[in-house]
Amino acid sequence: MLSQYFFILIMSGLAVVLPLAAIVMGHFLGPRRPDEIKNDIYESGVETIGETWVQFRAQYYLIGLVFVVFDVEALFLFPIAVAYQQLEMFAVLATIFFVLLLVIGLMYDWRKGALEWQ
Amino acid sequence: MVETSYYLVLAAIIFTVGATGVLLRRNALIIFMCIEMMLNSVNLTLIALARQWGNLEGQIFVFMIMAVAAAEVAVGLAILIANVRHRQSINIDEINLLKW
Amino acid sequence: MDTALLFDNAVVLLPELVLAVGVMVLMMVDIGRRGQNGSQLLAGLSVAILLLGIGASVMIWGRAPVEYLDGAISDGFALSVRLVILIAGVLGVLLSRNWFPAIERQGGAFYSLHLLAVIGMMLMGTATNLIVLFIALEIFSLALYILSGFYRENARSIEAAMKYFLLGAFASTFFVYGCALLYGAGGSSKFTQIHETLATGGGNPSLVLPGIALLLVGFGFKVSLVPFHMWTPDVYQGAPTPVTAFMSVGTKAAAFAGFFRLMMTALPSFHDQWAMPLAILAVLTMTVGNLTALRQSSVKRMLAYSGIAHAGNILIALVAGTAAASSAAAFYLFAYAFMNIGAFTVTIALERQYGNENDVEQSRLAGAAERFPVLAAAMAIFMLSLSGIPPLAGFFGKFLVFKAAVEAGWAWLVVIGVLNSAVSAYYYLRIVVAMYFQQPEQAGDEKEQPFVPASRSSVFVVVVSVLAVVVIGLQPGLWADLLRGLGQ
Repeated sequence: MLSQYFFILIMSGLAVVLPLAAIVMGHFLGPRRPDEIKNDIYESGVETIGETWVQFRAQYYLIGLVFVVFDVEALFLFPIAVAYQQLEMFAVLATIFFVLLLVIGLMYDWRKGALEWQ
Repeated sequence: MVETSYYLVLAAIIFTVGATGVLLRRNALIIFMCIEMMLNSVNLTLIALARQWGNLEGQIFVFMIMAVAAAEVAVGLAILIANVRHRQSINIDEINLLKW
Repeated sequence: MDTALLFDNAVVLLPELVLAVGVMVLMMVDIGRRGQNGSQLLAGLSVAILLLGIGASVMIWGRAPVEYLDGAISDGFALSVRLVILIAGVLGVLLSRNWFPAIERQGGAFYSLHLLAVIGMMLMGTATNLIVLFIALEIFSLALYILSGFYRENARSIEAAMKYFLLGAFASTFFVYGCALLYGAGGSSKFTQIHETLATGGGNPSLVLPGIALLLVGFGFKVSLVPFHMWTPDVYQGAPTPVTAFMSVGTKAAAFAGFFRLMMTALPSFHDQWAMPLAILAVLTMTVGNLTALRQSSVKRMLAYSGIAHAGNILIALVAGTAAASSAAAFYLFAYAFMNIGAFTVTIALERQYGNENDVEQSRLAGAAERFPVLAAAMAIFMLSLSGIPPLAGFFGKFLVFKAAVEAGWAWLVVIGVLNSAVSAYYYLRIVVAMYFQQPEQAGDEKEQPFVPASRSSVFVVVVSVLAVVVIGLQPGLWADLLRGLGQ
């Protein structure tokens, strides 16, 4: 039982050591002649203009709240998926009713502008 | 198999830590977190008891508590933000307009 | 279970279902309207939905009690409590109609939350299962947290919501922890099943007492029993007055109904253990509530402390723990709904007169009878009824509760209750005396303000409440038969 996990231990050891070795060797062996162009940002877009520490607009919290609620409601759909084979008609209708409630809630949020990104 | 009572004691300790946090901390957000912690300790209690009794009702209860906790967070944060707009602070010591 | 039977028995929850569908319709109408139009339509629609709910509960009134999906039951007690809550809901919507500046913009949200609170409260009275009980409690609590902060221009309203939410969520965790321990004790979330398991010597009886203690904290918070009452005056004062009127009656009715059923169907065999702590709480609640009400200067705070004292009175019925006591409690809540909402309605009308946004100081009531004879007369009737003067509704509520308690052998508790009623008469009558026999201090100022007519719907609420208080008082037998207790 435990011996099976022994290989995983070896693998994880290797997974740590190999990249570390590559980085350390590069650090010691590579030449280092920094200049302005080399220190520039590259591959990740252009240089930023102004402060990068912007605050998110308070508007964002609305989307966060909507997400939290709908995220957790999805929880109730998992047991239904698990027991799908044995469901009665009543349970199916109840599920549809539940989803309908969520849809109406979402429509309400949408129409009231909770999903607008201003 | 770990005995049920161990889980119950652990849950009781977590609940107490959460309750102490609610009573001692002054930051409304931290108080929210402590309340969440208390709810999660209740979840632990329910799961342990559901295993002891061998029925599913405790686990269903946990689902319901999680959903309610999410709704509570949504409502609570909205109220908190409305409050911050009025007085630029989430320190509950400054909530002092209403008193005898 | 048979699918046809499942649909058939869903009629147990018909009033709740009607309201739930109604909430969806309301939200759809709200997103369909343009700008600020149609907020009157929304108010009318929600009153219609609530009336449909009353119709639905009258429809299932005569049926034999059926338990639905191990979670809800339609017995006489559940229906009585539903009636009280639906009436409070209708009156609350009528009061809110023209009250808010925000309601023109956000009427849909306000009325949907109002109806959701009513649904949660009604479920609380029908729940026969810890899970349903907890969900019901949270449905109405969450709705009320938002409603009490709905007057967003007013910092006090937001503050009330904040306090209510923080303390309410804290108390809910105690409540649900108690539920978890009871589940552990009885091995089921069904009340009757818990009772059976424990009565036959099974389960973990050692978890019962901690469970009850934790449940008491959560429940005590919701009905504002004394060690857990500190939020009540703040929230009642800060919340919009129509919401205060509705929630002062609704939460009490719902939480008492739920706790009655829990204690009497799940834990009757532990009555000896829980009756005494509850009796002590009742004494504390009545005494502290009444004595603190004596010193209040704001009318809303005074009514809040009076509500605490009334919670103590109703708790006496729970201590007695008999079927007669539960029907007495239903009657008490029925009478309380009218007199308390009536008193808040007059407060709303006076708020408009004095130009104060969300409260009235008692000192301003001096000489009110001269300026507003009708309002003052109505207020006098509500105050007399609240203090329990004989021919009015409040008296019979107290009388039935005290009678049930004496029959169950709690005479000493009733003596304390009667003494407290005498104390309470002082601060209720003080308002009557101020309105009728005192002169306003700065007579010049008061006269200059123009008379602001009360809105038609609040006039309607006052008239209905006065009529109800008088009629219930004159014909108590009729209503006592109609409102049934547990197992009746």
